[in-house]
Amino acid sequence: MSAASSVVAMKKVVQQLRFEANINRVKVSQAAAELQQFCIQNALQDPLLTGVSSSTNPFRTQKLCSFV
Amino acid sequence: MAAQEVQPSETIAKLKSESEALKTKLEEERAKLHDVELHQVAEKVEPLGQFVMKTRRTLKGHGNKVLCMDWCKDKRRIVSSSQDGKVIVWDAFTTNKEHAVTMPCTWVMACAYAPSGCAVACGGLDNKCSVYPLSLDKNENLAAKKKSVAMHTNYLSACSFTNSDMQILTSSGDGTCALWDVESGQLLQSFHGHAADVLCLDLAPSETGNTFVSGGCDKKANVWDMRSGQCIQSFETHESDINSVRYYPSGDAFASGSDDATCRLYDLRADREVAIYSKESIIFGASSVDFSISGRLLFGGYNDYTINVWDVLKGTRVSILFGHENRVSTLRVSPDGTAFCSGSWDHTLRVWA
Repeated sequence: MSAASSVVAMKKVVQQLRFEANINRVKVSQAAAELQQFCIQNALQDPLLTGVSSSTNPFRTQKLCSFV
Repeated sequence: MAAQEVQPSETIAKLKSESEALKTKLEEERAKLHDVELHQVAEKVEPLGQFVMKTRRTLKGHGNKVLCMDWCKDKRRIVSSSQDGKVIVWDAFTTNKEHAVTMPCTWVMACAYAPSGCAVACGGLDNKCSVYPLSLDKNENLAAKKKSVAMHTNYLSACSFTNSDMQILTSSGDGTCALWDVESGQLLQSFHGHAADVLCLDLAPSETGNTFVSGGCDKKANVWDMRSGQCIQSFETHESDINSVRYYPSGDAFASGSDDATCRLYDLRADREVAIYSKESIIFGASSVDFSISGRLLFGGYNDYTINVWDVLKGTRVSILFGHENRVSTLRVSPDGTAFCSGSWDHTLRVWA
């Protein structure tokens, strides 16, 4: 890589880092609370979490028996 | 007029020190907001009970390793692709094969179902992503209607339709991701920033806007703006290749699975890793991850043939599922969350509920 293109590449890296350094962030405590709230609000609608019974989960319905 | 000549090497040195300073600043800014751990916040949440999850269907028919699978929006059809070059569409309720396509290459590493359910996309060592419209006529030769959409300069590692059948997002061993128009095959946007092969991608849930996350062999997970092509956030805490990335259902976070044997959760608003899912006894890489629809459970398929189920909030493992006889290579929860499907190097797919 020529010296000039190295400079261009490095400038892009610096530009990207400047952009990333300046974004708005929230505290982990707030972000974590919101993740948790989402889980709790949606828990009842989560069949894999609540263990939906055979009558309503199409995959748990018994298949026809086959003779071995 | 005397021109001041600055040697390129001086400029590079200055830029390098500025980039180091910025990286340090980035870490400091992130650390300032790290006031608590996710599992501490979750201490008061009810712990999860025992899980009974079993294999409810086994899909047999591939002649070699299953590499990728995707669910249809109808919650019952599945497309899968294999090292043997075959792409199969299954009815997961009945386990019947509905369509089969033979690709001109082996190692079909990526496949995806179109939102309409009327087409599938796939690709791999051919460096392309092709779309096959699915015909209701079982006798019709699907290969005849094949449309080549994406062209990369190395293998295709992942593909996904956006929220319509009209656009496809791809990731490649050539280190880039790209957005394509299906009808014309035109490249709409390309995404440069990974320093090595990109192995996986996931689109943000439609409510959260036009972003997607990608993971690569450079150990980085990048979040991209689909319209501008810009990388808006980048995370580098894994110690090896990132094999799988998946958004948390709210779109505010994403999980990753890596060859470093851990899965991690990154929160996008806190701009940092907020949880690591690991155990000393787990030493093999995680190949694929997905969330249950409430986001409380994280399913991880591993190279030690098992599937570990994690409590996302508390950081603990709640279940370990055995059944596959070789590496688990792909795993997706069904669109309505009633089941999840895993594909393996043991040539089979299993549907668990």
